[in-house]
Amino acid sequence: MQDNDVRPRGLTRRRVLGGMGIASLALMSSRASAQQTVDLHVPGGPSTRTITTSYPQKGRMILQRSSPPWLETPFEVFDKGVFTPNDQHYVSWHWANFPGDIDVDSYRLTVRGQVNQTLSLSLKDILQGLPRVDIAAVNQCAGASRLYAEPRVAGAQWANGSMSNAIWTGVRLKDVLDRAGVKAGAIQVRFGGLDEPVMDGAPKFLKSLTIDHARDGEVMIAFGMNDEQLPLLNGFPLRLVVPGWCGVYWIKMLNDIEVLDHPDTNYWTATGYRVPDTPHNTVKPGETGFKMVPVTRNAPRSFITNIRNGDSVPAGTPASARGIAFGGDCGVARVDLSIDGGKSWRPTQLGIDQGTYSFRQWQTQFTLPARGAQTLMVRCTNTRNEAQPDFRIWNPAGYMFNTIKTTNVVAA
Amino acid sequence: MQRAVLPVLGALCLFLLPHPGETAAITTLKSLKLDVPASDAMFPAGPGSDAMNNNCLACHSADHVLNQPSLSREAWQEVVNKMITAYKAPIGPDDVKAIVDYLVRTKGTS
Repeated sequence: MQDNDVRPRGLTRRRVLGGMGIASLALMSSRASAQQTVDLHVPGGPSTRTITTSYPQKGRMILQRSSPPWLETPFEVFDKGVFTPNDQHYVSWHWANFPGDIDVDSYRLTVRGQVNQTLSLSLKDILQGLPRVDIAAVNQCAGASRLYAEPRVAGAQWANGSMSNAIWTGVRLKDVLDRAGVKAGAIQVRFGGLDEPVMDGAPKFLKSLTIDHARDGEVMIAFGMNDEQLPLLNGFPLRLVVPGWCGVYWIKMLNDIEVLDHPDTNYWTATGYRVPDTPHNTVKPGETGFKMVPVTRNAPRSFITNIRNGDSVPAGTPASARGIAFGGDCGVARVDLSIDGGKSWRPTQLGIDQGTYSFRQWQTQFTLPARGAQTLMVRCTNTRNEAQPDFRIWNPAGYMFNTIKTTNVVAA
Repeated sequence: MQRAVLPVLGALCLFLLPHPGETAAITTLKSLKLDVPASDAMFPAGPGSDAMNNNCLACHSADHVLNQPSLSREAWQEVVNKMITAYKAPIGPDDVKAIVDYLVRTKGTS
């Protein structure tokens, strides 16, 4: 966690964004013109999705579900840099019942339960009454890339764009809990937002963290995202940020923090979002007899962003590959490229380190030796020496997919 | 899709990595009043489409279902059971059968 020091000095945001635009626009111009659908190229079900621009504060997004919204970040966005623009940060809601109308003067965040003093904090209390921190962190859905499960499984059919990176500005959850005074015997902290179930008796969307995790000084309550207030659909005005952990924990429109002296038994914590307790959370389809555990931390991932499946790459002459990687719940140690289907790997150059939990850019040069169909693969190894697996991860609910990405190209 | 990769552009972009720079710190937040789009699309008409429209659209739009992959009858039955037990969808037994049949007919694996 870095306190207000993740931003390089002397460089204005506007200037950098302007420069970035020129290069990336040139690269995208042939593909992006007036496109109304995107083909995600998967067998076994509908492959195309509508591109929508009709959601408030959101630009071009892949429409995975209209309501409650599932809006996926178009993949070309990840080639523009490591921070995802707010208007293309992916969106995912569980219940359709959340407000479009938020009054900042009357908004309150309650801290209650096993505390010495119940708090009802205004946004002013949070913006002006507590130390601020910044952290760059990837928000990724546990079901990211579910579209690529083989065999396919039910759920949000995300391709690779249910992940986004931002610099989050806010206050430490620890500082808020300390202000309330956590009582001895507290074991978990449960978080809720303004979203409510539609059906009577359906489980309100809540998630919990252990008291130690909640007080680790990294988990934060964010009111800023890339120097702006959060878009409504990303959780305005307050969102829990759990660096390194799946997006399901990042409660949006956060208005309730409850300190518990017993294990949380609500559906979303005790039953939903489960993966096999096996290496890489993977099992064979039809396999039984394994224990299920909650999804928690992210796993390492990497992507080539400037070359897409089916692209033509010159043979016998150097070409550039670049992309993004993240370590999961720790940093990126290395990103390697293979141009021979995974038989051999060569290191790439890593870009600027924006923090442990951020995307990190990588780039390299490569030369494809012969014309014809070729395979590019990219693999992230994190600072715990965990590498992306080369086998296809599968589990019944399609969570935690981080198989090495293969890009098929034609050398010409 | 075929697209030539431009080798030069790669090097250029790395130098132009975006770093959020110094800007005025956020001091206040502005209230929002926004309309979030809903969808009134119905399921394609056919046997069981009334049961689909009557039971599924209260919680989610039709594209949630239409974008799902082809699944076996067992998998669809499991999905519908989860909607009832976990998410408390009040679906009567007759409609459960009509819904599963509709899903198998339109999005089955056989």
